[in-house]
Amino acid sequence: MTAPAPSPAGAFGPFDPRRLFEARMGGHVGALGMGYRAHGDDWIELELPYADRLIGDPETGVMASGAILALMDMACGASIWLANRAFRPQATLDLRIDYLRPATPRNSVIGRAECYRLTRSIAFVRGQAHDGDAADPLAQVAATFMFTSAPL
Amino acid sequence: MTLPPYAEFLGVTVERSDDGRPPVLVMPFTSDVLGRPGFLHGGAIGGLLEMAAIVALWHALDDDSARGKPIGVTVDYMRGGREGPTRAQGTVTRLGSRIANVEAVAWQDDSAKPIASARMNYLLTR
Repeated sequence: MTAPAPSPAGAFGPFDPRRLFEARMGGHVGALGMGYRAHGDDWIELELPYADRLIGDPETGVMASGAILALMDMACGASIWLANRAFRPQATLDLRIDYLRPATPRNSVIGRAECYRLTRSIAFVRGQAHDGDAADPLAQVAATFMFTSAPL
Repeated sequence: MTLPPYAEFLGVTVERSDDGRPPVLVMPFTSDVLGRPGFLHGGAIGGLLEMAAIVALWHALDDDSARGKPIGVTVDYMRGGREGPTRAQGTVTRLGSRIANVEAVAWQDDSAKPIASARMNYLLTR
């Protein structure tokens, strides 16, 4: 996963997700059209706009669940940078998603993830996705990541 | 078998389908699936695994009116995906009347060294 590393200050710089997403991001995140919405100390909210190229079921126009997985993987990873107060290289270990209901065609999907536990090696993350009403989630995610460099 | 627009977005195509086994999908390494420099994005690997799983389910159902709605997926990432094509194949471990359990594995050079695997459950509607 990830994105171009933000400019370093010291070993790794303080992480500003808004700047990261407002700079035009390439790779898979850019191709999906993913954007920033909001963040806090240990959470971030990203948005995946509806697009025809992301359709998984042409009969219904429902977005592919794989695209929602990518959104949640990215949100989970970015929530860890926030909790760490810095960008630190990491890799997804496992990621589980329950698809509570199909995404509504033509709606953006909003993914929010929270890093609720950090250890020296592993970060534990949880999150939810919805398409307009946070009280009516469409997916629930739980993931773990491992750091691929020495502790900060 | 027609893959949806999302598969086209990932560059995923059916590479081969033989011996009655579920089809093998292949995804080329392009900037559209790039994560950190030199590595595949975990989301693209997950998307490929989900496509391999649903394609294996369609293959097993052999019924155009049947559909599988994903209930959930668990992905294990075992190795970083490097520059080069990635292949994936699903296996239907149980096909019930209402639920299907499907596994999928993704690999690069060596199918014995998977880069990631997934377990998916589907609700079937016929």
